[in-house]
Amino acid sequence: MTKRIVITGIGITSPLGGTTDETWTNLLAGASGASPLEQEWVEQLGLPVTFAAQAATKSADVLARQEVKRLDPSSQFALTAAREAWADAGTPEVDPERLLVDWATGIGGVWTLLDAWDTLREKGPRRVLPMTVPMLMPNGPAAAIGMDLGARGGERTVVSACASSTESLANAYDHLQQGLADVVIAGGSEAAIHPLPLASFAAMQALSKRNDDPKIASRPYDVDRDGFVLGEGAAALIVETLEHALARGAKIYAELLGGAVTSDAYHITAPDPEGTAAARAMRAAVENAGYSLDEVGHINAHATSTPVGDIAEYNALLAVFGDRLSEIPVTATKASTGHLLGGAGAIEAAFTAKALAEKVIPPTINLDNQDPAIPLDVVTEPRPLGDEPVLAISNSFGFGGHNAVVALRTYVA
Amino acid sequence: MALSTEEVLAGLAELVNDETGIAADQVALEKSFTDDLDIDSISMMTIVVNAEEKFDVKIPDDEVKNLKTVGDAVSFIVSAQA
Repeated sequence: MTKRIVITGIGITSPLGGTTDETWTNLLAGASGASPLEQEWVEQLGLPVTFAAQAATKSADVLARQEVKRLDPSSQFALTAAREAWADAGTPEVDPERLLVDWATGIGGVWTLLDAWDTLREKGPRRVLPMTVPMLMPNGPAAAIGMDLGARGGERTVVSACASSTESLANAYDHLQQGLADVVIAGGSEAAIHPLPLASFAAMQALSKRNDDPKIASRPYDVDRDGFVLGEGAAALIVETLEHALARGAKIYAELLGGAVTSDAYHITAPDPEGTAAARAMRAAVENAGYSLDEVGHINAHATSTPVGDIAEYNALLAVFGDRLSEIPVTATKASTGHLLGGAGAIEAAFTAKALAEKVIPPTINLDNQDPAIPLDVVTEPRPLGDEPVLAISNSFGFGGHNAVVALRTYVA
Repeated sequence: MALSTEEVLAGLAELVNDETGIAADQVALEKSFTDDLDIDSISMMTIVVNAEEKFDVKIPDDEVKNLKTVGDAVSFIVSAQA
């Protein structure tokens, strides 16, 4: 029998704020998390992109000194978000063997890896710290969370670029359906505002080069969009069976109806322009849960603000929803947060859950001239969702041709 | 110029504190790294790597297992400086 699955806790550390509340408040206020990078390496290396959406709260201000020393920044963000989500969920009493972590990262411990490489070249192998590998490994964030919260049901890691943490949320649903756990800590983190990824993304012309005005650089669906803005941070969601949530009197943000994962098998970075596999993921996420596509009333789009990506997603949406697409309010919150890569899906699913719980859709900023090729109903000011239950989807697509979609619905007892 | 026992102890205590959070004044000569200070092998190796850099000495891997107490390590570093 299919179990009902709900979201009972949210934790966020992002360019918009160090907590869920701060992030959400700033998102609704139409803030941008992007700013110029002050680090000396920007000029030293002559990077073509000189801004990013950096985390608003420094890990050193919220974690113990030893945690900062022993964890890569991607794990530090993960721990901060997971702790907040856990506290927000009311620190559930759960058998450790029934508590599972399904975490995600797009890139892993890139700071640790490259700092250690510098040390090796400059000072020799003897100076390479023994914690280097456990810090840089991409499963480091999942392990840090699992150790901190005492999860013995597995510490799993998804790595599927920018689709990663939507996939981890889809997995969380499946683990709970399969009876592997009562509670899952799902989410993703990224700390890749490092010169190497910046140089690489810039080389592939994926990043906005609007160096003179970072706050308006991320502008999904706008005719003048010129690429995404690299972001960092983490979002964690506590996901559990409705039965478990009710038994402990938990507050419920939204119901998680499930997720779907497909792949393009088309090109390593370019989305399939037909969007066939992306469309299939959207359909499956909704229909596998026994709902009709006609019931979808809100979409948190992947929409990174790249010229081709936004169009490809629009084509996939059109294939799925047809004429009804123009009636569905869409938001593209990367306009405010930047692109958290492996953390993007989780933060957007968290925004979707908050939207359903608070009955308000967060806005897409910087949409001054909507691309006529993308005639969506884009929400540009906070918009009330109404009192009827709403079914929403959150899309994520990643390099490698990964498509992941989760479907959420207003919780109805 | 070679450092005194007290100076090496103070410097080592700083490294231990930095790695483990153990208060520097707990890092006394008679304390065992494992039994008293509860320092695991990875932390111990991190302290060794950092001590080599800080005191400009070589502490061979074979020697590390002989450094049972803080005093053992301080003596080794003091004589290795010479």
